[in-house]
Amino acid sequence: MNFKEYRCGVQRGLPVGLGYFSVSFGFGAMAVAQGVDVWAATLISGSNLTSAGQFAGLTLIVAAAGLWEMVLTMLVINSRYALMSLALSQRMGERIGLLPRLAVAFFNTDEIFALAMSRQEPLTVPFLMGLGTLPFFGWTGGTLCGALAGSVLPGDMGSALGVMLYGMFIAIVVPPAKKQKPVLAAVALAMVCSCIVRLLPALDRISIVLCTVAAAGVCAALFPIPEEEESV
Amino acid sequence: MSLYGYIFVMALTTYLIRVLPLTLFRKPIRSRFLRSFLYYVPYACLTAMTVPAIFFTTENWISGAAALAVGIGLAYCGKSLLTVALSCSAAVLVLEKILTVLE
Repeated sequence: MNFKEYRCGVQRGLPVGLGYFSVSFGFGAMAVAQGVDVWAATLISGSNLTSAGQFAGLTLIVAAAGLWEMVLTMLVINSRYALMSLALSQRMGERIGLLPRLAVAFFNTDEIFALAMSRQEPLTVPFLMGLGTLPFFGWTGGTLCGALAGSVLPGDMGSALGVMLYGMFIAIVVPPAKKQKPVLAAVALAMVCSCIVRLLPALDRISIVLCTVAAAGVCAALFPIPEEEESV
Repeated sequence: MSLYGYIFVMALTTYLIRVLPLTLFRKPIRSRFLRSFLYYVPYACLTAMTVPAIFFTTENWISGAAALAVGIGLAYCGKSLLTVALSCSAAVLVLEKILTVLE
């Protein structure tokens, strides 16, 4: 184990870890508000390490949805990770073996992926593991603290904390929607679709999957992204 | 289906999506449609999760609407993720206090 590389990764991951802590606080508060206990909420974060997927999963758990609805929802919402793992795989090169890959895959979130890809030096396993360390503890610890806070605070405080999660989603979506018309189109379509589906209770549990596939599908057909350079 | 069963299925599906392209299927995706689709997925899905659900999470839909407006406004001005998230939360707290007083 190359300790210097590991430490370098940990340092790079610090800001992401802090950010995750505050955001997952909202997830923890929302989970207990919906009736999931503190330990289960913490376990969800510790085993999934993804914001949107967990949040959709929580909704399905509360709705007592079927197994296939859960699998389908995770597949669609987390599909982007497949693309990131492919890119990371190419960046890591052939010399990194199977076992480290199994570990690195677990930590491949949007932010950790971005940090890994932006590194100038070659990627090493200790560096990648270091990168994931603080975000993992931040995300899991934040959920634990948020869930604890949510279970002791009065109801209106709890709902205010839960809204933090929506705030985070808004903060992720608005800036690219402002700059890129196709993203704005995807957002508008998803919004309209989601409001319509809300009126059809039969589709309620697969509403996120349905709206995601519809909006992303229409926009992919109308506004295909530019051909990328081979390196990505 | 028990709670822990759900969590296991969630975690396993998420992990498989991440691990398979790093281990077994390492060929780049050539289809332009598929790559475009995957590019738009996060935006479509985060939006579908937020609207209209944000109106039904809070005690009163007005505070949810306020959180949405505050969030969009601040994010449009380029404020950081944490600022946006905390301001949405604060908007709900303040409005729910005001609405309680008015009742």
